[in-house]
Amino acid sequence: MSSVTDEAMRAGQAPRRFGALYVAEHHVRIWRSYLGVNVVSAIGTPLLYLLAFGIGLGVLVGAGTGPGGVDGVDYFVFVAPALIATAAVTIASDEFTYPVMMGFKWNPIYLGMHAAPISPRQVAGGIVLFVSLRAFATCLVYFLVVAAFGAIPLATGVLTVPIATLTALAFGAPLLAYSAAQREDKGQFAVVQRVLVLPLTLFSGTLFPLEQLPVVLQPLGWLSPLWHGSELGRVVAYGADRPAWLVLVHLLTLVVFALVGWLIAVRIVTRRLES
Amino acid sequence: MTIISATGLVKRYGEVAAVDGVSFEVAPGESFGLLGPNGAGKSTTMRMIGAVSTRTSGELRVLGLDPDQHGPEIRSRLGVVPQQDNLDTELRVRENLITYGRYFGLPRRLVASRADELLEFAQLADRASAKVDELSGGMKRRLTIARALINDPRMLLLDEPTTGLDPQARHILWDRLFRLKEQGTTLLLTTHYMDEAEQLCDRLVVVDHGRIMAEGTPASLIREYSTREVLEVRFGSEHNAVAAGRLAGIGDRLEVLPDRVLVYASDGEAALVEVTARGLQPLTSLVRRSSLEDVFLRLTGRSLIE
Amino acid sequence: MTATTERSAPRRGAVTALYAGNARAVVGRGLVATRSSNWVVVISGFVEPIFYLLSLGIGLGAYIGTVTDAGGHEIPYAAYIAPALLAVSAMNGAIYDSTWNVFFKMNFGKLYQGMLATSLGPLDVALGEILLALFRGAVYGVGFQIVMQLLGLNLSWTALLAVPAVVLIAFGFAAIGMGITSYFRTFQQMEWIFIVMLPMFLLSATFFPITVYPEPVQWAVMALPLWHGVELVRGLTTGVIEPVMLVHVLYYLAMVVAGLFFTTRRLRALFLD
Repeated sequence: MSSVTDEAMRAGQAPRRFGALYVAEHHVRIWRSYLGVNVVSAIGTPLLYLLAFGIGLGVLVGAGTGPGGVDGVDYFVFVAPALIATAAVTIASDEFTYPVMMGFKWNPIYLGMHAAPISPRQVAGGIVLFVSLRAFATCLVYFLVVAAFGAIPLATGVLTVPIATLTALAFGAPLLAYSAAQREDKGQFAVVQRVLVLPLTLFSGTLFPLEQLPVVLQPLGWLSPLWHGSELGRVVAYGADRPAWLVLVHLLTLVVFALVGWLIAVRIVTRRLES
Repeated sequence: MTIISATGLVKRYGEVAAVDGVSFEVAPGESFGLLGPNGAGKSTTMRMIGAVSTRTSGELRVLGLDPDQHGPEIRSRLGVVPQQDNLDTELRVRENLITYGRYFGLPRRLVASRADELLEFAQLADRASAKVDELSGGMKRRLTIARALINDPRMLLLDEPTTGLDPQARHILWDRLFRLKEQGTTLLLTTHYMDEAEQLCDRLVVVDHGRIMAEGTPASLIREYSTREVLEVRFGSEHNAVAAGRLAGIGDRLEVLPDRVLVYASDGEAALVEVTARGLQPLTSLVRRSSLEDVFLRLTGRSLIE
Repeated sequence: MTATTERSAPRRGAVTALYAGNARAVVGRGLVATRSSNWVVVISGFVEPIFYLLSLGIGLGAYIGTVTDAGGHEIPYAAYIAPALLAVSAMNGAIYDSTWNVFFKMNFGKLYQGMLATSLGPLDVALGEILLALFRGAVYGVGFQIVMQLLGLNLSWTALLAVPAVVLIAFGFAAIGMGITSYFRTFQQMEWIFIVMLPMFLLSATFFPITVYPEPVQWAVMALPLWHGVELVRGLTTGVIEPVMLVHVLYYLAMVVAGLFFTTRRLRALFLD
């Protein structure tokens, strides 16, 4: 008996350093039951988008724009980096909404973790770590698929994967803060999905350059992490011609969104678990 | 006229027989219990009587009709209280009653006045417009029972009516069910609680592994399968079996459980005197009246609540 | 114990055991439940297709200009995708109502167990849920039609017929969706529904004509239900009425019949076995 107690005491020290890893490990274990469906969709979705946007819409757009294409390249080359970033944002919006409420309320695993020697910051860190992993892995598969079809001309295009992961966090960390503050499900996540995530993916310079929108709507795109992520992706994927200061602005915006979101999320998770 | 008659009732799921040849009859106004451990086949029997499960073989008549042929007619005259509350959490308390009444095709006005009566009966009148999730466990249970009464049923089927409730809530519920019984409603209930069966049932069957082990009133079952009193003695986990070997001959019968030894005797105190006379010093001892728990132990060799 | 009498014939198919003719009670329950639902959620469902219309119609439309439809007519890009989005939103609404919604009520809410303990039969429950889905589909459809009218995207008076067409499309998908859901037991399996819906959404002549693809791909797309819905609605809103539209209607009628057949059979097995 007492040897188990000693072991638990000693193990109790470890979470002070690695708690977030244990939380992430928990999520990975749960996720494994979704692996089959996720692998199919990670490989199938980019193929499908290439089929739809690359060939389908590409034909229509190409007929309209002539050989110059969009932003100086073929339509599907223009769209590919945005598709990778959008995939990351979609994962963030899935994982940082219902599952978060689930962990606090319906199946309160976070409360259980907190009852074990894991701090609220580590709970939040574990969730973020897991989502980053999932986004990174999915975007890597996306990248490989679209690159195989010649949609990524430059070798630096592989950087679209970390850029997309950062975009997921820039969008996802504030969303985690929001979700962790929700105490009751009144359908607000469906509203977030329809009124925030969907317009974000449609109006963020993903399927067409932001300049195509009426001038009054363009500032909305500037606030969107997805626009910054897609534009950064285009710079590395096909050397899109953007001034250096703008590239820096894109990068800084993403980092600031992610950091500020993270700090607020930690505060809210702490309040929720310790009150 | 019987309200339920079952003859050689069988329900098989693949190779497993959940109910394996059960026969019994229930008379109008009677309060009849199916007593047994989890997995004995009680709930399956209830589902067949409630016309939501078809039987594999045997004969079954509920209100004189075959449930496999006349499901809707039978269900329209039954009230069902399932083991787990399945109240409509998207609706409020009174809306739950009204909507449920509409499922029976009852006119709206009739259902509305009946809902108010039943809220009184269930002591929930002041909660009429509360959300279901705001109710306590006992209140939810009473609402489920009120809901089952909305169609003024001839018979109420109650599956483990008080499982999971605290003692006070159980007594309130028993009181309500007792009133229904007094009004002449036929009650059919399953339970694995002895005290509940003793409180509510006029007559019961003890079920195990899908078969009926015994049938009778609670008192007659205790008389037939147990002694008037029971002496419970504990010698410590390691010593019960050894001590039991030296108790042979005391009382009518011995049962050795992992944590204690039961001595069945008409006079428990006298049995205890005999135990100490043999030089045994139990850590604790208790004399009590026999209960259905003892009947079950005798019939199956197992304890009812595991 | 009494000897068991083996039953000679299994009792199946008796319609009286399945249907009490009271589906309206299930519809009534749904309407009462809707009353207490969050209205922001209800309205947000309406803006979804409008976002698509504005984004693609305006943003991409500037590049694309006009599109040649199946009948060889040149129509503006926004007028080309608007009817498709109408059909898609009918599909999405019906699929959501008949899959996630039903899955939850079946496996977590235990709502149907409660309903089936009354004189209602499984067919009452299935019909009631489907009718509710159709009602919602019709409301959303009318809303989107009004937006199309305001943006000048209805090119003919036959656009009025698009609303009943939308209800038919919703009926087809709701019936099939419910049948499929009754076979599913886990969330993971539910995810597959969306994996099947995405290609249908992207490829069924929604955003571009299927003539951009080689012939075998075209045949595959034409086998899918959404393509028939898109073509039907597009014909009505653009005023290109052709005999082939009868095929589209028949396709959906077949979906309705097949869906109801499987749903009822499955509900019976699930709840009355």
